[in-house]
Amino acid sequence: MSARSGPRGGEPLLDVRRLRVEFGGRTAAVRGASLSVSKGETHCLVGESGCGKSVTALAVMNLLARGARRQAEVLSFAGQDLLRLSDSRMSRLRGDRMAMIFQEPMTSLNPAYTVGSQMTEVLRRHRGTPRVQAVDRAAELLGRVGITAPGMRLGQYPHQLSGGLRQRVMIAMALMCDPELLVADEPTTALDVTVQAQILRLLAMLQRDLGLGILLITHDLGIVARVADRVSVMYAGEVVESAPTAELFAAPRHPYTRGLLSCVPAPGKTRREDPLGSIPGVVPRIPPGFQGCAFRDRCAHAAASCAAAVPRRPAGPDHEFLCTLPADWVRQEAAA
Amino acid sequence: MTAVPAIEVRNLRRVFRVRQGLFAEPRQVVAVDDVTFGVPTGSVLGVVGESGCGKSTLARLILGLLPPSAGDVLVDGKRLADLDRRARARLIQPVFQDPFASLNPRRRVKDIVGMPLAAQGDVAAAEMARRVAEMLARVGLSPEQGERYPAQLSGGQRQRVAIARALVLRPQIVVCDEPTSALDVSVQAQILNLLAALRRELGLTYLFISHNLAVVEHVASEVAVMYLGRIVERSESEALFRAPGHPYTRTLLASVLTPEPGLGVPDVGLGDVMPDPANIPPGCRFHPRCPQSFERCPREAPPAWATTGGFAECHLLEKPAPAAVAGAAASQRQLAR
Repeated sequence: MSARSGPRGGEPLLDVRRLRVEFGGRTAAVRGASLSVSKGETHCLVGESGCGKSVTALAVMNLLARGARRQAEVLSFAGQDLLRLSDSRMSRLRGDRMAMIFQEPMTSLNPAYTVGSQMTEVLRRHRGTPRVQAVDRAAELLGRVGITAPGMRLGQYPHQLSGGLRQRVMIAMALMCDPELLVADEPTTALDVTVQAQILRLLAMLQRDLGLGILLITHDLGIVARVADRVSVMYAGEVVESAPTAELFAAPRHPYTRGLLSCVPAPGKTRREDPLGSIPGVVPRIPPGFQGCAFRDRCAHAAASCAAAVPRRPAGPDHEFLCTLPADWVRQEAAA
Repeated sequence: MTAVPAIEVRNLRRVFRVRQGLFAEPRQVVAVDDVTFGVPTGSVLGVVGESGCGKSTLARLILGLLPPSAGDVLVDGKRLADLDRRARARLIQPVFQDPFASLNPRRRVKDIVGMPLAAQGDVAAAEMARRVAEMLARVGLSPEQGERYPAQLSGGQRQRVAIARALVLRPQIVVCDEPTSALDVSVQAQILNLLAALRRELGLTYLFISHNLAVVEHVASEVAVMYLGRIVERSESEALFRAPGHPYTRTLLASVLTPEPGLGVPDVGLGDVMPDPANIPPGCRFHPRCPQSFERCPREAPPAWATTGGFAECHLLEKPAPAAVAGAAASQRQLAR
C-alpha cells in the first residue's frame, strides 16, 4: 500500500490518545489506548476477543451503547475534536467523511429495503443529492467493487445476495460520500478464504486510488501481515505494542505479541506433530482501577515489578511496547 | 495398524430437496456426490473446502446423523447402517464447531461428559464417575471445573468438555467439524495441541474438517479437497501443499494469508460467480470459476488422474498435454515437475 507519513510528521487523519471506555463502572473495556491513522495508511488493530478492539472502533465513531463512558486526552478527526462534537454534528460526519463497515453484512443491511434504496439514502441524506444522480453513483460504486450487472443488484434485497456480494455492497455503501477514513471491523471474518482475499484486494486497491485512511480491526495475524502499514496489538483494553508491520513480525517485543505469533500455524515454519506455541490461561476481565500489567498472570517473564505501573518503552523508530522488560530483552535472553 | 481402514466411504451420495418459494417446484441439492475414500487407522484426513461444498454433510453422514441417499459408510470394517446407536457411539464420536451450542446449558460438566456412558445403560455409577474424572484430567480440566455449568467456562474450556464427552466411551474415530473455528488463536493452539496429544496417546483416527488450510496442514496426514459435493483432489498432505494438482486447490492455497509481511494479498483469479449446490455446472463443476478452463471442461466431467501424492479430477492432468490455452500448458509443465 502507499507510503505512510508517520504520525510524528504531519497531522494524522485520526488521532486517538489515552482513550478510556467503561461500561457502568464495572468493566474497563478500553484503558488508555492510543493510535493514529494517516491519510492513505492502513492501521491494523489486532487482538483476541474481549480485548477492546471493537469498542475502540465504536468509541471513535461515537456508536457506543448507552451507559458507556468515553474519555480521552485527544480524539480528533481531520483536526476536529470529536469529544466536543454534538450528536447531530457527529451523525453528519458519520457515513460522510468517516465510514464504518461491520463483520456481519446481513445484520447491518436492512432486509426490508433494496440495495439501491439503502445505498442512495446515504447520499441523499448527507448531500441532498437528487435520486437519479444518487442511483448513478451507487451503480458506479457497485461496478467499482467488482459487482457485475450493478443495475440488477440495485433492485435486489440483501437476502438475494451471497455473503461476499453483501460485503461488497457494504463497502460500496461506505464509499458513497467519498470518506477520508474507513473503519472496518472484521470485514472478512464471516467469509470464505477465497472471497476474503478478493475483498482485501479490493480494499487495498480502493485505498490506493482514493487515498483512504483505514483502521482495520481483526483477530487474524495473516491479514495484518498482508495489508497493514502499521500494527497495534491490543490486550485487555491497552495497546501493548505498536510498530510498523515488518518490524512487528520481525522483532516483536511484548511477551503477548510473541506468544500470539507463536500460536499461528505457518506453513514452512511450524511442523506437523510439533506442538504450536500457546498462551496459558484466558483473557482476564479487568475492573476499573486495575493496576499494573494485565498480562502478568499469563506471562512467563512476570516479576514483582509488573504489579506496579508499567512503562511504555521505545524499541526502535516508531516501535513501542508496554512492559517492564528492557527493549533488548530478547537479545539478552538469547545470549544468556 | 490393521489392514481395515478406520473409515471407508463407498459411492456416498446425499441429496436434499429444497423448496425456494411457496409454489416453486422443489429443487434437488446434491450435497455429497459419489464420494469414495478410506481413512487408514491412526491417520488424520483433513477435509477442506468453501462453505456449501458439502463437508459438514459428509461429516454427518459418516457419524450416522443423516442417512445417505446412496452408498455406504463403513466404520472399522462394519457397515454403519447395520449398527445400532449404542454400538455406533462406541466406535465414532463428533466434536463440533460451536461449544456454546453443543453443550446442554442446564447440566454440570461432569454430567455432560458422563452422558454417553449413561446412554450405554450398562455402566455402574462408580465406574462412570471414575471414567469421567479420568477423562476430565486427560483434557486438562480440574475436578472442580467438572462441577460447573457450561456458561461458567470459557470457549476453550467448553471445547475441552466437548472433547472429553467425545472420548469418554473410548471410540477409535473422532470426526472434528471445524473444532477451533470459533476460538481465538491462542486458544485454538491449545486445542490443536490437545487433539494431537490425545491422538498419540489413545491411537485415534481423525476426520478433521476445516476451512482453515494452515490448520489442516498442521494436523492432517492426508487432505481431501471438496468442491460442490465432490472430492476434486485427495493427496498426501505434504505433496498437496507443495504441488497442488487441481486448479481449485491452487486457488485455495493462494488465498491463505500466512503471517508473512510484504507479500500483499494475492489475486486468486476467481470471478464473482459463486458455487451453487442447487445448480451444479455440467462437465467439470469448477469450470465457471477456473482460470485455466478450456473447451473440454464444460462438456466432460474429468476423471481422477494420478498426482504426486494422490489424485485430482482435472483434464489438465491428462497426458499428453492437451492443446489448451497458454496458461494451461505452462501449468502442465509445472505439474509434471
